[in-house]
Order: sequence, then structure tokens, then C-alpha cells
Amino acid sequence: MGVKLGVLALQGNVSEHVRGFRRALIDTGVADGVVLSVRRSADLSDLSGIAIPGGESTTISRLIQKNGLYEPLVNFEGGIFATCAGMVLLATTVDDARVKTLGLMDMTVLRNAFGRQKESFEADIQIKGIDQPYHAFFIRAPVATKAGNGVEVLSRIDAGIVAVRKGQHIALSFHPELGTDLRLHRMFLEGLGIGE
Amino acid sequence: MKLEELRFGTELLKRGFASMQKGGVIMDVVNAKQAAIAEEAGAVAVMALERVPADIRKAGGVARMADPAVIVEIMDAVSIPVMGKVRIGHFVEAQVLESLGVDMIDESEVLTPADEEFHIDKSGFNVPFVCGARDLGEALRRIHEGAAMVRTKGEAGTGNVVEAVRHMRNIMGEIRALQGKKSQEIVARAREIEAPAELLLETVKMGRLPVVNFSAGGIATPCDAALMMQMGADGVFVGSGIFLSSEPERMARAIVEAVNHFDDPTVIADVSKGLGQPMKGIDVHTLREDEVLQYRGR
Repeated sequence: MGVKLGVLALQGNVSEHVRGFRRALIDTGVADGVVLSVRRSADLSDLSGIAIPGGESTTISRLIQKNGLYEPLVNFEGGIFATCAGMVLLATTVDDARVKTLGLMDMTVLRNAFGRQKESFEADIQIKGIDQPYHAFFIRAPVATKAGNGVEVLSRIDAGIVAVRKGQHIALSFHPELGTDLRLHRMFLEGLGIGE
Repeated sequence: MKLEELRFGTELLKRGFASMQKGGVIMDVVNAKQAAIAEEAGAVAVMALERVPADIRKAGGVARMADPAVIVEIMDAVSIPVMGKVRIGHFVEAQVLESLGVDMIDESEVLTPADEEFHIDKSGFNVPFVCGARDLGEALRRIHEGAAMVRTKGEAGTGNVVEAVRHMRNIMGEIRALQGKKSQEIVARAREIEAPAELLLETVKMGRLPVVNFSAGGIATPCDAALMMQMGADGVFVGSGIFLSSEPERMARAIVEAVNHFDDPTVIADVSKGLGQPMKGIDVHTLREDEVLQYRGR
């Protein structure tokens, strides 16, 4: 039985995440892995992990509720690889009442923490558990201002916390799916017990 | 992290921003109240305007960039990205919108062109641009100039989807027709359609445009939006179709859901029930040639 991963496919950077997961599976020596799009709760069954992509967190949050995915995601037993809007959705607290977060990671998140698109940037950052710097793309990115119970901070820059881990979940304010560096994907898969 | 190590306005950041809009609906709004309705309905971004395209059509005269006060009012009202339109070739209007902090600029045929020879050199800006196109050659010329997103031109302000369909079919059909061709043949075709050869080769190899491809220009109902998605659009712009319908809130929500479930007719049927009157619309064949917006820029 091969590994099955999913990407929440409601809105946003979905195809890049599908491609990223496929590359990462091959890279870790999993030849028979599959990556599926998740649009309804039935799609979540037997998945080891899912990605919640970047996009607009207000839109994705609305569609999660509309599609009956809120409870199934809260109760999802696999790992979650959450990027940008995905990080907002994993938090317990966010600075915007329109986003109903899943509350899976005890942290407070600020949306658009750097400002508008003209403040979007790329930079090399240090990430715990990864020895060389990681080139990260921050696009209207959120940051966590507070990480609480059981949430391990993997990376912090001047503006705040940009990478965290809790159990099998990893949340990032930037976009690993836009580049070719698979080290964070690999870290996520290792957390799921996939690969060597 | 030192400031000099940060890089802003790169091609990847601009295309990446566009990519985050995929699967979404971008709605035209003319004030803070409409912007809030659009955000609440699940829009991924709003286009800040003084008038929607159908009203620009009606008003006649020279259509220009909106009053910066209107744009700022809308930027202050919502947390989703805000886009603004500038005239084709009017790089100073673009500089102004960039300085206001607009998240994306639409170099748009809906406004009266400022330059009939050249589009804006978009690669020089930090802010990403979206441009209209009627066929693959036009789309690739805009990407070559630095556009981070392409949209069909359609025929704005008509509520008639026929031109958006034509343009999406032109773009996707040409890409399909070139699959399996030798690179020599593709380069020859690039000359015919006046497209940069490298970009056409890349497009054929990917089987799609190298940037996000939205649909715009005449989308007025949930079915129209789903139609464009099934034809291969990555998302849709809805201009006059929402706030000129009889029940904008419901229409906005319905179009968001139709885009999300574009391949599920039962959902589209459900969201289309009792939506009230869509915008009235215009048969494009009744337009005089000088009223056709899609001929602006090429």
C-alpha cells in the first residue's frame, strides 16, 4: 500500500503543492506515492498528510465551512503542511474575525504582517533542523506573534515567528512550493514516518 | 536578517502573488461598502474603480485611472488584495497606483488607451500586472513585457460571455494545436502570431501559459463563471455582473461557489436558484466598432 497525501484544493496555490509533494515523495524514495486533491470530507480518508496551501485565508475559511470540511479537518489524524494562508488557518487566534481558524496549533497569527504586495520579499532564513540557510518567499505573509503549548518555533525573523512545528504539523508563513528546495517537504515527510 | 538581504518585486514574487489568486473570483467594486460585500462573499481580491465597466461604457468620454481617494477608501475597507486599473501605456498612472500600495495593476482596455503603440514596460515595476489578451500571441507579448497574470479581454461591461469564450478558446486551442510539434515548427508559428519564440516554446512544453490565466469580460452568472473555468481559466474577474444585478450579495456568493465547484452541475444549479435578475447585458453584435473595447491594444 503506497503513501497517500492530499492538497486542500478549495482556492489558491494548489497545483504547486501537488507538484511539490510528488517531487518530495520521489526524492525520499517512495515510488508508489499518490497525491490527491481534497475538496470534500470523503477525500480525507486514508491520507497520511495534507497541505493547506496559500491563497486568501478569508476565502478558504469560508469554503471550508461551506463544503462541510471544518470538523473533518479539525479531527484529521494525519499531518498538516500549512503554508501562508494555511498557517493562518491552523492557528488558535487570528486578528480577523472573518477567518474561522481550525485551532490546531496554539499560536496567535497576524495576517499580512509585512503589509501589502509591495512589501512581499524573498530572503535566506535560518530554520532549526536545517543546516544551511533556506531561501524563502514571503507573499503578503502572516507571522505568528506568540507560540504556546507544545508549539516548537523553527524560525523567527525580526517581524515574528515564520516557521513552527507541533507533532506532525508544520506551519510556515512562506511558500516552499514556489521553489525547488525540498528540505522542508522532507522534514514534513520524516515527521509522518515516510522516507529514510 | 539584514535589510539588504531582502529582495522585493522579483518575477517570482509577482507571479507567486498571481498564483495565490487561483480558483478565486476578483470582483469590481466602486466603494468601501461594495468592497466589504465582496470580501464577505469570499472574493479573493477586489478591483477598485470609480465606475463599473458597463457604467464607463454608458458615460462615454475619456476613461482614466480612478480617483486615488476612492482606491484608498477601498484599500482601508478590506484585508484582501486590492487591484486598480490604469490606461494602456500610461506608466505614470501605474507609478501612482504602485505608490498607493495597490497589490496588482490591471493595464486595461476598459479605460481609454494613453499609448496606441506600446504597453507599459511592466518588468520595471515592483507591483505585479495583469493584462488582457484575445489570443495566444497577445498573451505572450504581455508576459514578455512583464505581466504576471493574463486574462481574456472578453467584452467588458456587456454581461455577454461570448467574447470571453472566444478569447479563452483562442488561447487554449492554440496551445493544444501546438502539442507534439517540433521546435522548428513552434518557432515558425511564433513568428506568425508575433510571440517571442522562447515564451511560445515554454508554453507548449508546459501545456499552458507560464503565468496564471484568468477570464474576464462579460461574466454575469454562476454558469458563465463555471463555463470559463471548465474551458481552462484559473479563476475569474467579475466586473459589472455583481453590483448591477438585482441582488449583489447573493450573486457574489453564488459566483464564488460556482467557481469552487465548476465541474459539479448540481452545485451550480443549487446556487443559481432564485438569484434575481442578472445585469441586463448587451448583444455585442449591436456595438459600433468604436464601442468595442477589446480592439484597444494588441
